[in-house]
Amino acid sequence: MGTATQGSRVVVVGAGQAGVETAACLRDYGYVGPITLLGEEPTAPYQRPPLSKDFLSRRVDADGLELRSADFYADRGIELATGRRVDAILPAERRVLLDGGGGLGYRHLVLATGARNRPLTVPGADLDGVCYLRTLAEAVALREWLTRPRELVVVGGGFIGLELAAVAAAGHRVTVVEAAPRCMARVVTPVVSDHAEAAHRRRGVEVLTGTGVRRILGTAGRVRGVELAGGRTVPADVVVVGIGAVAATGLAAEAGLVEGCAKGIITDEHGRTSAPGVFAVGDCAAQPGPGGALIRLESVPGAIGQAKRAAAAIAGVRGTPYGEHGMEDERAPAVPWFWSHQGELRLQIAGLPEAYDRAVVRGDPAAGRFSVFRFSAGELAAVESVNRPVDHMAARKLLARSIPITPEEAAELTFDLKSAATARA
Amino acid sequence: MPKIIYNHADGTHDVVDAPAGTSVMRAAVTGGVAGIVGECGGQAMCATCHVYVRPERLAGLPAVSEDEDEMLDCAAAGRDSERSRLGCQLFAGEAFDEIEVDVPESQS
Repeated sequence: MGTATQGSRVVVVGAGQAGVETAACLRDYGYVGPITLLGEEPTAPYQRPPLSKDFLSRRVDADGLELRSADFYADRGIELATGRRVDAILPAERRVLLDGGGGLGYRHLVLATGARNRPLTVPGADLDGVCYLRTLAEAVALREWLTRPRELVVVGGGFIGLELAAVAAAGHRVTVVEAAPRCMARVVTPVVSDHAEAAHRRRGVEVLTGTGVRRILGTAGRVRGVELAGGRTVPADVVVVGIGAVAATGLAAEAGLVEGCAKGIITDEHGRTSAPGVFAVGDCAAQPGPGGALIRLESVPGAIGQAKRAAAAIAGVRGTPYGEHGMEDERAPAVPWFWSHQGELRLQIAGLPEAYDRAVVRGDPAAGRFSVFRFSAGELAAVESVNRPVDHMAARKLLARSIPITPEEAAELTFDLKSAATARA
Repeated sequence: MPKIIYNHADGTHDVVDAPAGTSVMRAAVTGGVAGIVGECGGQAMCATCHVYVRPERLAGLPAVSEDEDEMLDCAAAGRDSERSRLGCQLFAGEAFDEIEVDVPESQS
């Protein structure tokens, strides 16, 4: 029977980007044991980022979102089971219990359970017409709401809220309500917030910042408006809540196998949790970042990188193909990066949005193409690019290799960033 | 159905049937073709779907846009002035009915 026995099974819980990538990478790295990929949602694994963009604007339909073709799983001997939930993990027995009874033994368990919507808890939040946007089912429901002109209130001026506001502005009256003094305040500098807010307002979106939501008003169970903290009421027949996510750590916490689940399942740089044979990757995991501190990323590139490193550890290979220089250095997590498309605004962020003491602008915000270079104690810390992907690509190289540049150089358009990123290594 | 042939550096190749409207990048990712990443999801913003189009397949392809042009300069493998394209910008049934590309050895 060889080595491919039941006793070598890898069970992946969660069939989002991180889970699918883990299963795929295991085969790429030569893992021959059985692989079971369990997804709670009824549909085949799909890409989430387009839900708030091309899917909502009907540029793509559900079948255009699939992460991999059906043949992909079959060809690689990956047992994909959709619509299956894991009810419990029994780490001492190396088994998971499935909904509807039955269990599955594992040698390695990979938790890729993702994140859940942070719920809005004000009165009226359960009214018909209050939507979220994380799953395909939620996106389908929202798209259905938007088949005729609506008065739409978006609660939360983060990536998701602003992305959908940009799409919905064509055909609907849209108001964005953000509790912080500016949109995307946790992740971008004021220059970028100001630029984005102005762009959304030009599109006809009303952007209200520094404003909380007191309650959602309804008639006969249906949303009819949103009452703001200041007392003003904004008419609404659809409310979309985009106020962030919390890691889906319930299974891990109930199993008692990982400590410190509040912000994410704690792992080492390969995704190993405190329990033997149990890994965690993607939005649910808190892994050591480039500086060594634990960070929980909600990003596709982050999920892919973590999946690769966990798969490499399970398969027992060193490095991962198609990383930096062909083989990624498994000891050095890649530079985190994020993106958001809001209408004509294509925003990319390289590095973590942490404290900085100086920020310089490269390019011209008025022309809609610029980057903000953040420095901390003289060192480059993060770069936000609006419609300047070339700056973003160079920034990732500069950050990955800790190549020094000065704020003055960064701000000078005649300074060749790309050459610096390669020549100064 | 439109067809895409991906040639790898090791001499192997993949042949993928791509429904009309599918990009060279998406067809590779969904079909599990090694060496094409598509990190940004197809927005011409990451240059990890760089391919070299076979010379005899260049005729009829859409012109390189300004965005694509900039990103091709950022590709990990060297740019070929004629043959380099981003896979996310070439759509089956629109740019081609059949295309053959060489996959670079590195994308990042």
